[in-house]
Amino acid sequence: MTEQQARKGSGIILLSFLVALMLTIVPLPGWAQGFRPEWTALILLYWSLALPQRVGVGVGWLAGLLQDALLGTLLGQHALAFALIAFLALRLHRPLRLVPIWQQALAVLALLLVAQLVVFWINGIIGRPAPAWQAWASIPVGAAMWPLIFYVLRGVRRRFQVQ
Amino acid sequence: MLLALFSILLMTLDHREHLVEPAREAVSGAVYPVRFLVDAPFSLADQLSERLATRSQLVEENQALRRQNLVYQQRLQRMAALKRENERLRELLGSSERLDTEVVIAELMRVELDPHTDLVEIDRGSEEGVFPGQPVLDANGIMGQVDTVGPLSASVRLLSDPSHAIPVEVNRNGLRTVALGTGAPQRLELANVPANADIRDGDLLIASGLGGTFPRGYPVAKVASVEADAGEPFAQVTAEPVADLHRSRKLMLVTGTEAKDGNDAAAADEARPSADGHEDEAS
Repeated sequence: MTEQQARKGSGIILLSFLVALMLTIVPLPGWAQGFRPEWTALILLYWSLALPQRVGVGVGWLAGLLQDALLGTLLGQHALAFALIAFLALRLHRPLRLVPIWQQALAVLALLLVAQLVVFWINGIIGRPAPAWQAWASIPVGAAMWPLIFYVLRGVRRRFQVQ
Repeated sequence: MLLALFSILLMTLDHREHLVEPAREAVSGAVYPVRFLVDAPFSLADQLSERLATRSQLVEENQALRRQNLVYQQRLQRMAALKRENERLRELLGSSERLDTEVVIAELMRVELDPHTDLVEIDRGSEEGVFPGQPVLDANGIMGQVDTVGPLSASVRLLSDPSHAIPVEVNRNGLRTVALGTGAPQRLELANVPANADIRDGDLLIASGLGGTFPRGYPVAKVASVEADAGEPFAQVTAEPVADLHRSRKLMLVTGTEAKDGNDAAAADEARPSADGHEDEAS
């Protein structure tokens, strides 16, 4: 891999995170708010499964920190959650690559659940009220989005030969 | 592992000490482009619809605004006289409180923040002199206070946020209490109102100026329901904010020397015994 290729690939990865962060704060109509998937976490999971040597805990932490700043949450809250799921994804990326897509989606469901639990747990520690049940809806929605994200990002990755 | 420890440290500092305020401001500045990109299509659509408005619509709007302006002018004339009278009376009483406030107009950015809190983003930041704790109003009353500040934008914590409290008094009789956010969009709860207190449906609650964050006298909420159970020491009182917390697009930030005056007023008020030990803060 030449240096130029590496730079080009990084641009694509950065762009995908930028789009994910934008989707995270795009206003939605009231009824749809609970169903907004954790776009940043999904993108992070894709890249850390596909390119574990390039995207990992550090990138996840940074993306989480940016999301914290965007959402006005405690600095480090999403950073910790995303670093944790990136770590788990790195640990699991070998078996996960071999299984069919719907089983991957189940694993993604579990990882998103972990991330959400960390966020809610920290909210609980600092005395925020418990989330409404609708707050959990984003997790199955996120897992359902996984095939879409997987195929779109794989298309992008092959098109621009990010490796 | 190191990163995990670091994030825990960061969170603790952010939560307890507000030591990382400069870091937060820097990161907030770094993500401003993302916010801008999300907001841009909406502002563009607004501008376009303004450009493409028909002449008759504009004429109609103009006339309506003129009429409204006339009404406000007339109120202002009386206000000037009343203000002078009030100042004279205050001088007689030896009070240092001033009524003048200056405001900066800010506009809401159409981005959504943490779904579990009531925060909104405005398009003014520390470059325009916005500071944490600055009171935010809309055309009808108090909306909330500035929470965190970035260079070009700031987030505002609304009155309805569960961690927000504002000291208020009943306009009719000066009964002091604290209005707490509940997380529901148009509902506040009043803390520690005695069951036999003189408070009714429809009473206007105004900011009492205690705590020094909010200037005294701005309308906050209207009492919506009072449930006094004879067996309970406190009445259950809910109130509805007069500001359109989730609809207003143009906001006003109260600037200038007001915060200092508010402190003076608060210090003066705190000398007297008060019914509540709360102070307004959003943490």
